Amino acid sequence: MKTIIALFSAVLISFGMSNAGNITIKGSDTLVRLGQRWAEVYMRENPGIIIQVTGGGSGTGIAALLNNSTDICQASRDMKPKEYKLAQKKGIAPYRVSVALDGIAIYLNKDNPVNELSAKQLKGIYTGEITNWKELGGKDERIILYGRENNSGTYVFFKEHILKGEDYFPYTQTLPGTAAVVNAVEKDVNSIGYGGIAWAKGVKDAAVKKSDDSKAVLPSVKTVSSGEYPISRALYWFFNGKPKGELKKLVNWALSPEGQKIAEEIDYVPLSPKQAQENIIK
Amino acid sequence: MGKEHNNDINPEYHFKRKSKLKEFIGEKFIAVNAFAALIAIMLIFVFIFKESIPIFTDAEVKEEASVGKMVFKQHFSEGSDAKWAWQPNSDTPKYSLMPLFIGTLKAALVAMLFAVPLAVGAAVYSSEFAPKKLREFIKPIVELLAGIPSVVLGFFALIILASVLQKTLGLTFRLNALNAGTALGIAIIPIIFTIAEDAMMSVPKSLREAALALGANKWQVSISMVLPAALPGIAAGIVLGFGRAIGETMIVLMASGNAAVVSASITDPIRTLSATIASELAEVVFGSAHYNVLFFIGTLLFVFTFLINLSGDFVLVKLKERLQGRMG
Repeated sequence: MKTIIALFSAVLISFGMSNAGNITIKGSDTLVRLGQRWAEVYMRENPGIIIQVTGGGSGTGIAALLNNSTDICQASRDMKPKEYKLAQKKGIAPYRVSVALDGIAIYLNKDNPVNELSAKQLKGIYTGEITNWKELGGKDERIILYGRENNSGTYVFFKEHILKGEDYFPYTQTLPGTAAVVNAVEKDVNSIGYGGIAWAKGVKDAAVKKSDDSKAVLPSVKTVSSGEYPISRALYWFFNGKPKGELKKLVNWALSPEGQKIAEEIDYVPLSPKQAQENIIK
Repeated sequence: MGKEHNNDINPEYHFKRKSKLKEFIGEKFIAVNAFAALIAIMLIFVFIFKESIPIFTDAEVKEEASVGKMVFKQHFSEGSDAKWAWQPNSDTPKYSLMPLFIGTLKAALVAMLFAVPLAVGAAVYSSEFAPKKLREFIKPIVELLAGIPSVVLGFFALIILASVLQKTLGLTFRLNALNAGTALGIAIIPIIFTIAEDAMMSVPKSLREAALALGANKWQVSISMVLPAALPGIAAGIVLGFGRAIGETMIVLMASGNAAVVSASITDPIRTLSATIASELAEVVFGSAHYNVLFFIGTLLFVFTFLINLSGDFVLVKLKERLQGRMG
């Protein structure tokens, strides 16, 4: 009898242990590739731990966190006040850690004499207040706007941070995917587009000024990482409460030089070493 | 003439008599196949319509997107002019269908203007003037156009046609209704051609011979006799082509610029009903007003194309009856 109990409890304990080593990550489609890569390497280095990574979008991830159905929520945006309020109601204490960065480049045709744009000018261009390149020091030609479809995270981020929540000008032509935007800008002398920072082939990146009197900065991994380039965003991991145990080990590993190097290898922008150090959970 | 031979069964054929049961099963199996398509169409309609019902019943959805809000101009913010706008991801979502309707119609009209003269002209030549050998060559080639996947046509319009049109016409917008409509026209030429050509070929020989006997030349026979007799068939081809132009998705998604603009110019970019569903449905929040509106658009498209195709088919059936009636 005793042996049966011992066996039974051994099974229970081992079951409980393997369960403790089971981590689910869910959320942003922007981050899903990075999450999967991190999980792969981390699982190889730490046998016995199983990490499941799924996408679905930041909103999906946050909903999962609020329903307690994921350990880590990946999000390419902060939680909205509405979501924070809902979390409070459900007894969830969201704990936010930025794990990587993302920059959005402004593409111009190579034959366009304009090289610099301020954030304010970009807002004017994409809301339809500025419609001619002449107003920006270019040729007397109408500005042709290209953008992403409204389901894209980049669309939403650009709308929130550059347009300050205003609607895009109806004449903005929406294309599926960053590659299509780059291709269109390459063919159209008077056009402008936006998308990821590693995509500008056949087009040029515009140097962007945060305000009218600040320095214009070209997008690169370095300028996004240092925070000089103004159109960038943090990519977050959200936890329920301050992470402990395995979760803490995982996030600190992701923030370590090794984890950040993996991010850079697959074309994400790593945090500055100082920022990464500050984010490490004690 | 079939009747005379009905009783003489050719002795070379020996039909093996199958069992009654096998015949019964075989017949029912074929009948099920025939009805499966019908049932599938009905079920598809029911399911699409079901997802759009909250627009009419749910108070929360109606607040954002009632039928009135989708059709009429709205004051979206205090003191602003009433306008139509398609901005489903805005802080105040805007679901006017008018820009999408205008876009769809503009693309379809350009397609018709491009395709109808070409397709009908080709049909007249092929059925009336072309030597038999040439006809046997032209017809399959034109019909081969129908086999080109629409994504290939869309890609062609996006990369090549758009640049050619912009350069030759000096257009402001590279992707526009003209570009999308032209590519759409290529897609519907074979539909109109095939139906129009068949209609002209089915004009009874007796009619042609009568006209020729009265001293009409070949041109007069074709234009004043065959063309009017086959006109309903040509009209049906045009109507069916229009139905395809309304529902076609991939070409307009790639070549039209997808900007929900309210304007009369065919050189402005457009956003069509079908392309809107294709690009937005994949990521829409399940059960949201936006989701319901997209299904509502799907219902509208379904009903439009169904009615258009039905009327086209109706005309074709009537034409067949008339021509066969004349023959008898």
